[in-house]
Formats: sequence, C-alpha cells, structure tokens
Amino acid sequence: MARVIAYSDALGEATVQAMERDPSVFVMGVGVDDPGGIFGSTRAPYLRFGDARVFDTPISEPSITGMAIGAAASGMRPLMVHARNDFLLLVLDQLANHAAKWSYMAGGRLKTPIVVRAIIGRGWGQAAQHSQSLQAVVAHFPGLQVIMPSTPYDAKGMLLSALSGDWPVVCIEHRWSYGITGEVPEGYYTVPIGEARVARPGRDVTIVAISQMVNEAMKAATVLAAQGVEAEVIDLRSIRPWDVEGVCASVRRTGRLVIADTGWTTFGVSAEISARVSETLFRELKAPVKRVGLPAVPTPCAPVLERAYYPGADDVVRAALATMETGDAAVASDSDAAARLHKPFHGPF
Amino acid sequence: MTNQHDALLDLYRQMVLIRRFEEAAAKAYSQGKIGGFLHLYIGQEASAVGALSTLTRDDYVVGTYRDHGLALARGMSARSCMAEIYGKVTGCSQGLGGSMHFFDAERRMMGGYGIVGGHVPLAAGCAFAAKYRGSGEVALCFLGEGAVSIGDFHEAMSLAALWKLPLVTIVENNEYSMGTPLSRTMSVADSSTKALAYNMARDRFEAKDVLVVRERIGAAVERARRESLPTLIEVQTYRYRGHSMSDPGKYRTADEVEARKKDDCIANAERSLRALGAGDDVFARVDQEIEAAVDDAVRFADESAEPGEELIEAYTYA
Ligand SMILES: Cc1ncc(C[n+]2csc(CCOP(=O)(O)OP(=O)(O)O)c2C)c(N)n1
Repeated sequence: MARVIAYSDALGEATVQAMERDPSVFVMGVGVDDPGGIFGSTRAPYLRFGDARVFDTPISEPSITGMAIGAAASGMRPLMVHARNDFLLLVLDQLANHAAKWSYMAGGRLKTPIVVRAIIGRGWGQAAQHSQSLQAVVAHFPGLQVIMPSTPYDAKGMLLSALSGDWPVVCIEHRWSYGITGEVPEGYYTVPIGEARVARPGRDVTIVAISQMVNEAMKAATVLAAQGVEAEVIDLRSIRPWDVEGVCASVRRTGRLVIADTGWTTFGVSAEISARVSETLFRELKAPVKRVGLPAVPTPCAPVLERAYYPGADDVVRAALATMETGDAAVASDSDAAARLHKPFHGPF
Repeated sequence: MTNQHDALLDLYRQMVLIRRFEEAAAKAYSQGKIGGFLHLYIGQEASAVGALSTLTRDDYVVGTYRDHGLALARGMSARSCMAEIYGKVTGCSQGLGGSMHFFDAERRMMGGYGIVGGHVPLAAGCAFAAKYRGSGEVALCFLGEGAVSIGDFHEAMSLAALWKLPLVTIVENNEYSMGTPLSRTMSVADSSTKALAYNMARDRFEAKDVLVVRERIGAAVERARRESLPTLIEVQTYRYRGHSMSDPGKYRTADEVEARKKDDCIANAERSLRALGAGDDVFARVDQEIEAAVDDAVRFADESAEPGEELIEAYTYA
C-alpha cells in the first residue's frame, strides 16, 4: 500500500524535493524557522537546509515580496509563506502591479517564478482580520496563478508544479487541511496547474468544490446518495487557470451545477464559474446554478456566530436538492448565501 | 496619606486588575470556555497604565491585538472586556470583535488590530482629525517592536513629523516578535532612533516603574497637546507569557523569564507604596477588591447570552 502522510508533511516534502533539485529555491517568511513551522509545513525544509535557505523575516511582507519578485527575475525561485491570507492584502501591490505584469511589460523576456503560500484561518478568535479567504482577489489579476489543493497528494504535486513553473503562483491553503492524511508517493511528481479532479463520479448534479469545501461536498454527496441523488464532486484545485472544459464536460452530463467555495459568493470565484458555465451551457442547464459560500459580511468572532457564518455539508445538500427541483420551484429556492443565514434546516451534521 | 501615595495606589490597582483579569482569562482558556487567539499583556502593565494615566477623556488610544491592558486602563469595564473574550453579546463589541479587537467609541478606545503595523496610520489619522478641528486631543498609539519593520509605521512617522501631528507613538519593546528576537528584526537595538530620520522628538526608558512611565509619556503628551508635535517613544518591557496562548515559548529559556520576573512592575509599585507608608491592610484591600471585580467579570461573561444570528449582518453597512 502506498504511504499515507499528512497534508502539512506533503507540503514540507515537496519543498525539500524542489530545493534538492534546484539550488535557486529558497523559503522565507515570518516564522518559517519556528519549531511550529507554519503548521509543520516548513519544519522539514528548515531541518534539512538550515537558515541559509529557510529563514525567518522581519514583519516587512510588502518589501519581502518585492524582493522575492526581484530575486525571481534575477534567476532565483523564492517560496514565501504567510501565516494568513489576510496578509496577502499587504503584498497585493507587489503581486498585482509587479509580479503579474513583469513578463508582459518586458515583452516576455523576464520571468518571475515566485511561489507564495498563504493560509485561510478559521476557528474561534480568528475573527475579521485573520480568517479571510481571498482567492478571488488574487485570481482577478491576469499574470497570477492561484492554486488551492485539498488533498495531501495534490498539495505535494501542485506545489512542485508551482516551484518548477514559469509564473507567479499563489497557493492558498486552509488551516483545517494540515491534518488531513492521504496517500502520497515518496518520489518527485507534479500535478498540473489548471486541471480539476473528479473526487466522486455521479450523474445527477455537479458539485464544484474548492479547498475545505471539498470535504463538505463529499459528505453532502453521501447524504444525497441516500436520497437517490448521485452527485459528481469536482475538486477544482486550481482557481486560475481553472478547468473550464472539465467542469463544463461534467455539467453537460448532469445538467445541474452547485459551486461550493470557502470565500464570499459576492464577486467571488463561484460567481466567475457560474457566469462561465451559464454562458457556455445555457441551453443544457436544467436548473439555475446554485452557489454556497460566505455571506457578504466580515467574519464574526463569537463561536455561535461563526457556526452560522460558515457553510457546511448541509448547505451543499440543500443547494443540490434545489437544483433537482424543476421549473419555478428551482428558480425560487433560496440557496444563496444571505438567505442561508436564516435557514430553518440544521441537520444531519 | 499623601497625594503621591494615592496617585500611585490608583495606578497600582489598575495594574493588578489587568494582571488578575488576564490570569482569569488564561484560566477560562484552559477550561475551554474561550478559544482561539488570546495575547496576554502580563509583565507589561506599567506601560499602558502609566501612559493612559496622562490622557484626558477625549484623547484617542489605538493599539494592537495585545489590547486587554489598554482597554482596562482606558476605563472599559472588566465585565464588557471579559464578555467580549467569551464571545458573548454583552461584550464591548457584542462578540463580533473578540480578544484582538476591543473597541469603545465613547472612551475613544479606537481599537485593537490584527494586522501588524496597519493601525499606526489610523492613529495618525485620529491625531490629524484633532489638529484639523483644532480641538486639542492627542492620539496615543501602541505597537510592538516587531511592527517597526513594516512600511506603514515609517510612512505614518514621516507624515506625523511633516504635518506636526499630536501623535505619541509608543513602541513596547518586549524583545520578541512572536518567536523572533529583536536582533533578527532590526538593524538597531533602539527603535526610538528611527525618529532621527524624521526629525521627530524621541525618548526611551524601561517600564519598570509606573511613575517613570507616567512622567516621561506625560512630557510627550504635553508636547503633542501644547505644540502639536509628535514623539516616538520606546518603552523597554517584557512579556512573561507566550506570544499567544498557543505559543510554547521554545525560543527562550525558563531561566530568562524567571530572571525578568524579578524586576516586576507591580512588585516595584508595591515596594514604592510601602516606602510611602502603605501597610498590609492597603494591599489586602486592593487584592480583595480586584478579586471581587474579576470574579464578577467572569461570572457575568459566563452567564451572559450568546449573540443572536441577526447580529452577523447587522453592521457591515450600518
Ligand atoms: C502584517 C502581519 N504580519 C504578520 C503577522 C503575524 N503576527 C502577529 S503578531 C506578530 C508579532 C508582532 O510582534 P511585536 O510587534 O513585537 O508585538 P508583540 O506581539 O510582541 O506585542 C506577528 C508576526 C500579522 N498579524 N500581521
């Protein structure tokens, strides 16, 4: 049987293997050398290579990012790690105004292959400034790539793709993913950026899920199956570029689409997917696309409010069942995020 | 008893309140009654208490996620602070903000913030408003030495000096930025020297004696109020606990922490009070009072209601 390891160790192993193959790869970020090692993910590289290649930085994220981009254009492959997504907003100027456009502005003669890892916080006390899920913000910019692996296998393979590719890649990880275990080959391998993964095949409704919502979608699929609805769960994995063909091929078969994202629905990744699929497959859709995501408000701190704020498998089930309704009932059913807050249904989770 | 005795006793009481309050919060954390982030201020109390004792009601206070001490020193009630940490509707932000984000608009406690250094320009903005209106308030901004490395800090200092804003910026140098010692975040040991580049007044001293803190910060507050000039101050201090509750503190030795506890701001204040004539009865009374206040806050937080779901959407645009 193949070896089973945790998501955090898969990231660490990918980093070590990239560093072994390519001396220009180095790791920097606030706390990457800490014994905690960013939920364990930078511990192995630090122990293996020491602080010459894995080093702590002052709290100077914008300039550190700018330096990473400059170093990348000068032949290096920096891997930056941010303990929270929220800090991406500080470095967005460097990512969006510089890294994203450098190749373009240089007529294709300069590449900036930096990789930026950032974590989505979730849990009591994380609150408004430590829990945002900002994939849509980053993915908005042509020139940036955004990946969100949900399994240990993909975490390793996609990080290795990013660290050997030509483009600036932002890898967004969910804090709840680090403990997830799964089969991961010991050797070097890559998972291509831009290809979705069918996590569970099904014929009735397509559920495109992102990051932590993949787990919720899988739970939902089990519940749906018990009710006679076979859901196809697609782990999007890659946000930009995203697998338009793969998703459309599935929706063409099922005629129904639910998108479950960790971010806000409003102006979010789910909005982009919904728009593209509707544009492409308008006549083949049997019901309006349904979206599951965060309501359009910041994250509340109190645990009771958090529980109401975050969507779960029950919301995915409800959205999928709504797409199974036909005609006016489907149009009227409320699976959108704002309505979700006032839901009467609380089970079976 | 003398005025000096009474003034010091008041500051002492506030410091003890902060310490006991946070010890109770830490206990509640270990009991699972609260969770997530909890950044304790224990060891640094003289800094907030001394500094805030120089302000008027209308002055502005802006701080970091390590904000419990600031809030209590600003006169926010132990009940509303504890309830906020517990995530209850009776908390100062009705449970929406939590431990890192204490606010009290009435007392002009303008918040604790989670993005390191991002709040320093906000404090400059409070000072700007006061200057623009000519209303005479001063803004006090607290940050850790780790935050001195972020650009926002430098831009805010540059603007405050250029526009002569009534801003007193207090860098609480507790020697560690999470697990990173100061020597790995700054090319100088004294962050107040950053003021030189901006032609700003500066000061630096140890926060072991709350009266010294009060006097030195008082001078800067006066400069801000009378001359509308900013000051950058480094207060040298030490946190006894981890960066937050989840920090096992492997980056320093237990001996180091124990040695620093020997020069404790609360013990020092007690010694000074005794020299001014305070006897055991005085301390027994303070202990009793504070214990009752903290017990009351914990009970209040425990018994308070959870916020209702309608609150989630209430304030985004309202
Ligand atoms: C921009 C940003 N980067 C990193 C962090 C993570 N972080 C939170 S507190 C902290 C250490 C700050 O240390 P210091 O400024 O010295 O204040 P102290 O915690 O010691 O009071 C770090 C790195 C953050 N919150 N914001």
